[in-house]
Amino acid sequence: MESHILVVDDSAAIRKILQRVLRQTGMVIGEIYEAGDGQEALELLKTKTVSLVLSDINMPKMDGLQMLAALKNSTVWRHIPVVMITTEGGETKVGEAVKLGAAGYVRKPFTADQIKEKLVGILEPAMQL
Amino acid sequence: MNLKEFIVDSVNQSALQVFSTMLGVELAPGTATFEDAKPDINCEVFSLIGLAGSWAGSGSLSCSAALACRVCSNMLMTEATAVNEEVLDAMAELTNMIVGNVKTELESKLGPLGLSIPTVVYGRNFKTKTAGTTDWISLRFDWDGDYLLVKLCLAPHDKDAHHRIDLFEGADALAV
Repeated sequence: MESHILVVDDSAAIRKILQRVLRQTGMVIGEIYEAGDGQEALELLKTKTVSLVLSDINMPKMDGLQMLAALKNSTVWRHIPVVMITTEGGETKVGEAVKLGAAGYVRKPFTADQIKEKLVGILEPAMQL
Repeated sequence: MNLKEFIVDSVNQSALQVFSTMLGVELAPGTATFEDAKPDINCEVFSLIGLAGSWAGSGSLSCSAALACRVCSNMLMTEATAVNEEVLDAMAELTNMIVGNVKTELESKLGPLGLSIPTVVYGRNFKTKTAGTTDWISLRFDWDGDYLLVKLCLAPHDKDAHHRIDLFEGADALAV
């Protein structure tokens, strides 16, 4: 079964890199949707079904933590695993993300293997539910 | 290790790791200098990001237009021949990653720091000025006949910061 993934990052460069990296993982990935901030992501989720969200933390308008909180407070979207991809390595923001219900995080810079390793562990159990 | 040496070490580690992982380029460690905010005459693309907390300051990357295009080409696996939106975006992300990782290292010693969203400027004959008189730590990374400058300035911002200075021998030397 294909996994549709939503990539949320204000950097078009990172969205493009993640598109490429996700295709390189060898996982069965269907659509890869993109959003430039949390607000745009929530709008997109009203019309698209996704298996996983990959999101930056520091973004304008609505940041990754606000978006994560909105998803976890929603009865419709709370089951969607959210993985944070961020330069934030400190305990403050990453810890907050985990507390809010993030399924995990990957530090920038990242390799395709690191992304794959993280997603396999999250997507495969989710697909069996 | 004093604060200046710690920052130089962190910038070196961060820049080398980001270039290796995201651009597939193995750089040699940068050469460090300590200077005022005088502009680099080679600079055509300038990217700036703010740091805030009990210590505050800025991080910047500057380089020629040609090098910015190479950064974009390597990072996005595309052919960038002129500075455009994509090139500026790649430089912004490079700044975010290099300074962001330095910020994470610094947090272990200086406490929580915030990171702003980067701003990138493209042009010629412009000057930049940072308020205050703090020295910049500048590292030059050579890449196939061209170079990238990574700079960072940081100074105590509140009274709590002065307690943390004790962690570093000579750390106050950074704040002039």
